[in-house]
Amino acid sequence: MTVSLNPDTNPDVHPDARTVEHTGRGPLDRDELAALVARDIPPGSFVNLGIGQPTTVADHLPAGSGVILHTENGMLGMGPAAHGDEIDPDLTNAGKMPVTELPGASYFHHADSFAMMRGGHLDVCVLGAYQVSERGDLANWHTGAPDAIPAVGGAMDLAIGAKNVFVMMTLFARDGTPKLVPECTYPLTGLACVSRLYTDRAIFHLGPDGVTVAETYGTTVEELASRLDVTLRTLGGREDAG
Amino acid sequence: MTLVTADPGAAVAGIADGSTVLIGGFGMAGMPVTLIDALIRQGATDLTVVSNNAGNGDTGLAALLAAGRVRKMICSFPRQSDSWVFDSLYREGRIELELVPQGNLAERMRAAGAGIGAFYSPTGVGTPLAEGKETRTIDGRDHVLEYPIKGDVALIRAHVGDRMGNLVYRKTARNFGPVMATAATTTIAEVHRVVEVGELDPETVVTPCVYVDRILDLSAAEVSA
Repeated sequence: MTVSLNPDTNPDVHPDARTVEHTGRGPLDRDELAALVARDIPPGSFVNLGIGQPTTVADHLPAGSGVILHTENGMLGMGPAAHGDEIDPDLTNAGKMPVTELPGASYFHHADSFAMMRGGHLDVCVLGAYQVSERGDLANWHTGAPDAIPAVGGAMDLAIGAKNVFVMMTLFARDGTPKLVPECTYPLTGLACVSRLYTDRAIFHLGPDGVTVAETYGTTVEELASRLDVTLRTLGGREDAG
Repeated sequence: MTLVTADPGAAVAGIADGSTVLIGGFGMAGMPVTLIDALIRQGATDLTVVSNNAGNGDTGLAALLAAGRVRKMICSFPRQSDSWVFDSLYREGRIELELVPQGNLAERMRAAGAGIGAFYSPTGVGTPLAEGKETRTIDGRDHVLEYPIKGDVALIRAHVGDRMGNLVYRKTARNFGPVMATAATTTIAEVHRVVEVGELDPETVVTPCVYVDRILDLSAAEVSA
């Protein structure tokens, strides 16, 4: 099944959609953020969830969504985490944690698994990030620190392979530095590949038109514009000179 | 003619110093621990090892690294919570690392096994891992030229093998096994069980026997320290 995120079928980017500012509350917590990502995954999609926080999106997919999870180590139809007697050392996810299989699951070798990504057969992947640039460049594999041991895994293959790349991260680093930036300063994972950015403060759509704020949480577009060094558009045509 | 043996030493006999060894597994799933232990006892050194990770804990590939037999690791994801053996070798400058995106790693071995001279991949374009590599725009999209990775030896784990060398795998322990089996001059598989010829359903064979040179039967193996 092919699932489209085009404006005609996705209410989030419907021509009549307007940016929503949720100001009567604080920022999203991690569970709420994962739930929002899950909300925006179209039913029936083939989806890869990255290691770490993106993995928790699976807990928020509604029953009957028909979403089929792909894991890079060679499986479609991955089920929830395994517990107790279910644990099988031969059945793990990309984070090497024990998981289960669902009816209709299939196994395949690594070259096939990555052909699935690179060949554009996955509808959505969800990744974490250190930085995302306003044109959708992604940096999520290496801090560039001289003493860091680099590890890339499947991040570069997913970034350029999935039809839609969703990123979830905090909008600001602990020191307050924005992670949505004009140009990534960390080593890149992929160029112009991120289509949606889910953060604790706002959800952004990224594309040829630049950065569009879809929703804010515990803040306003004006406040974000004052803290970010990128130009923010809003749904409905209004533009803020960031 | 595939050698079927219960002797781990016979399974890894003749692996030369300086060899490139493809080692299956994604973390510990599918890692041929018995063959690796036999390789440590066999003594080959100055090895280049190609594997997705760079060892977990203190067993398997981590033990081979700790024994000082590996000159260079080619992998996608060395840094993990339990990769302390590799981490300290790397920080002490005692091991070389070639980091390869996971899909390019698999495809470079697939290319070696399939007789492909090189291929253009969109993975890694514009990143530090594509620096110095030839690029080409194909159908409006940038690609990086990637060369095959061929092994002298592949060490893999499968679930069941027959006496001809046909292999089937189990769940996600399949991972790199079928690709590595095609990409090495000598492919050695450890299997949980060996069955007679004809007992495997030909429709379900994942690695056909043409790729497999030696099988270590773990159900019969005397695994000694």
